[in-house]
Amino acid sequence: MNIQLILFFVLALVAIATALGMLVSRNAVYAALFLVLNFATVAVFYLLLDAPFISVAQVTVYAGAIMVLFLFVIMLLGGEKLNYPSKLPWQRPAAIVLGVILFAEAVIIVLGQRGLLPMDMALPEYFGSPVDIGGTLFTQYLLPFEVTSVLLLVAIVGAIVLTKTEKK
Amino acid sequence: MPVAIEYYLGLAVILFIIGAMGVLLRRNALIIFMSVELMLNSANLAFVAFARYWQQPGGQIFVFFIMTVAAAEVAVGLALIVTIFRSKASIDVDQMNSLKG
Repeated sequence: MNIQLILFFVLALVAIATALGMLVSRNAVYAALFLVLNFATVAVFYLLLDAPFISVAQVTVYAGAIMVLFLFVIMLLGGEKLNYPSKLPWQRPAAIVLGVILFAEAVIIVLGQRGLLPMDMALPEYFGSPVDIGGTLFTQYLLPFEVTSVLLLVAIVGAIVLTKTEKK
Repeated sequence: MPVAIEYYLGLAVILFIIGAMGVLLRRNALIIFMSVELMLNSANLAFVAFARYWQQPGGQIFVFFIMTVAAAEVAVGLALIVTIFRSKASIDVDQMNSLKG
């Protein structure tokens, strides 16, 4: 049992526990904080997978910006205690059954396609570094990169227009 | 690199299913949004795992784009939730049925 495997299993346990904590938590603020912890563990998984740039982006964008926005809106609306009982009694068992079916399908696919999955191989020295990611992003993926800038502009305009209060 | 890719895929599947359960079981629109973020995140984990094991940086670039889309989606979605809360004083997704014929 080497150090990476131990680290993986401990972090996997934390990730699943925090995801379940988000699912069952009655208070929306607790749910958001569980999700922050989940995103932080996923950032460590990215480090284990030789993706340091994505790992830092995960912490700043997801655990930082997005979750701060979530917490801000929860507190703005006073929504931390808003729990609504479901009106459909069959929904909960149906959702659990569908989840179990999805899990069984995924297990069958992952274990059934074992031969097609990539094996462990040595990586190039620079793999996943900001130089590598930036070089690929600004040459091979330049057009999608520009399109995302338009997407962000649309999101800014949309958010402002939606929350603007009309002057009579 | 002794951790096999199956472990990462299994973890991504489990996180995705927990996120899907959140969307199906909870009625608070904010929690549903957080569950969607969890599902996007699990897809990202699978992308990075495949990028690592195929030695292709394209997978990491895709994660970069997914993060951008998630940020845009959260900005617009939370603006929608704030607007709905202003008019209905509730973010219960079962209450958002005004368009029903």
